[in-house]
Amino acid sequence: MSDAARVPGRVAGNSALRTFAGHRLGMIGLAGIVTLVIFCFLGPLLYHTDQVHANIQLTNLPPAAGRPLGTDNNGYDILGRLMVGGQSTLEIGFAVAILATIFGVVWGAVAGYTGGLADAVMMRIVDIGLAIPAIFLLIYLSSVFRPTILLVIGVLSVLSWLGPARLVRGETLSLRTREFIEAVRMMGGRRTRIVVRHLIPNTLGTIVVSATFQVADAIILLATLSFLGFGLPPPTATWGGMLSQGTTYLLDGYWWEVYPAGFVITLTVIAFNLLGDAIRDSLDTRLRQR
Amino acid sequence: MIGYIIRRIAQALLVVFGVTAVTFTLEHLIPGNLARAILGPRASGAEIAAFDRANGLNRPVAEQYLTFVSRLVRGNLGYSYRLNQSVDSLVLHQLPNDVVLVGAALALALVIAIPLGIAQAVHRDRPVDHLATSAAFTLYSMPSYWLAILLIAGLSTALHVLPPEAPQASTVGGLLADPRALVLPVLTLTLVNIALFSRYMRSASIDTLAEDYVRVARAKGLSSRLVLSRHVLRNSLASVTTLVGLSIPAVLTAGLITEYVFNVPGVGLTYYTAAVNDDYPVELGITVLIGVVTVLGNLFADIAYAVLDPRIRYRHE
Repeated sequence: MSDAARVPGRVAGNSALRTFAGHRLGMIGLAGIVTLVIFCFLGPLLYHTDQVHANIQLTNLPPAAGRPLGTDNNGYDILGRLMVGGQSTLEIGFAVAILATIFGVVWGAVAGYTGGLADAVMMRIVDIGLAIPAIFLLIYLSSVFRPTILLVIGVLSVLSWLGPARLVRGETLSLRTREFIEAVRMMGGRRTRIVVRHLIPNTLGTIVVSATFQVADAIILLATLSFLGFGLPPPTATWGGMLSQGTTYLLDGYWWEVYPAGFVITLTVIAFNLLGDAIRDSLDTRLRQR
Repeated sequence: MIGYIIRRIAQALLVVFGVTAVTFTLEHLIPGNLARAILGPRASGAEIAAFDRANGLNRPVAEQYLTFVSRLVRGNLGYSYRLNQSVDSLVLHQLPNDVVLVGAALALALVIAIPLGIAQAVHRDRPVDHLATSAAFTLYSMPSYWLAILLIAGLSTALHVLPPEAPQASTVGGLLADPRALVLPVLTLTLVNIALFSRYMRSASIDTLAEDYVRVARAKGLSSRLVLSRHVLRNSLASVTTLVGLSIPAVLTAGLITEYVFNVPGVGLTYYTAAVNDDYPVELGITVLIGVVTVLGNLFADIAYAVLDPRIRYRHE
């Protein structure tokens, strides 16, 4: 029974995978992400730089042999700093996407499946969260507390689960009236079983797509926060912080302190958005049939 | 229809109420206490007790919340101890500047994004469409301040065509007196908004083009221009109201960043300055205001949509 039930899913999964593999832009996005992860996490093993001790003899040096992207106003090597800054940026992005998605999915699925008053209350809470733009809350919280990596992950997740919750609730509303859910209920399946074993797996496509975009959004938010000066304090390196510091030297012509960080942020976000779009396209059966 | 509107207003009131609860909680998150944060570390115990008594901070939390809400209902957003000024007067003074900046950018973005989206849908998968999609995609993936920096670097620092700072005037008249300096901030916000809108307009128009009524209009021999203006454009305009309503948080976020980068004297910059100076009452007052603006925007968008699209009305009846 269980094997037979799984077969169509596997076939659908395989064809979605094939569609994805044929999606040129999606593969470019995926390749970009893999390259970034290698650059940030393996790069420092090959390209050794000191990102802890400031060196005032090496400040604001233009690119040259031995320092391909120059140095910043603390004498840090910019290429090396991009790698280290990318580590915290990617770690926070992934952590936020995972936490926010898990919480949002459970919230949305429970609200959508339970319906009635509980649903109304749960969704009004989501509305309240969405009414205040995240950046304002982030700035406020960073002005009240001293940001640490864990705090930033926590706060970004608290602000990011609302979107997935809405999406999954919407899908659950249409799924819960379907025959296979009715069948589980007839067979005496408990509510937890229906939500965990049937509703959530069936919204997996939406969840994966939303999680991909969550990484991109979290990276933009984090970079914006750092840019405004409310991000992680030194010595933590972040791309947004590098860019923020670099822009002070824009008028001095120290372009190497501005453009690398800005381009890396944009390319990362583009890569995740491309991947998200591609996964959505390959899971969307309507598009696949066209 | 009336029933739907009443239900929707009740919902919005509930959410506004929730926003005040969130803001109240935020105020109480301040480590130590508000008196210490405002009076400074050298304030004596007696001074703190006097401040608490004067501001009702020694009362039970529930009572404090009620006072907080009744104060807000009366339109009192709080008092800035740093600027020695009410948050209301601070905001009222700057709000017109935001209306000019955000309003101009929003209007420009819609005027460009709606025809662009329809054109992309009509020329779907042709080079024009790919070009516009890639441009919107890149803009969408850019933090708005990065776009602002690129524009400054290109148009101000390198080419010296436009000033890198918004007009430094505190009134709308002053802002408009120096239109050249307004170009970059408005351009940044407009581009950000176009990126938000054109993707959506493209897919909405693709859906509309596939509708039966469009096929009927074509079949009865209507010229393609008439089909587009009478059927596609009109139907797309209905969904634009929802889109604008939903985009308010994103637009306000971009507004804050644009004001920061170009030093525009507006509410967003005031919020930022307040955060830097630990001026919590200003931050919280603006947070409530922004929450209310977002909720009202969504409410108006939903009602306008119901008015424009009868299907929504009937579904809810």
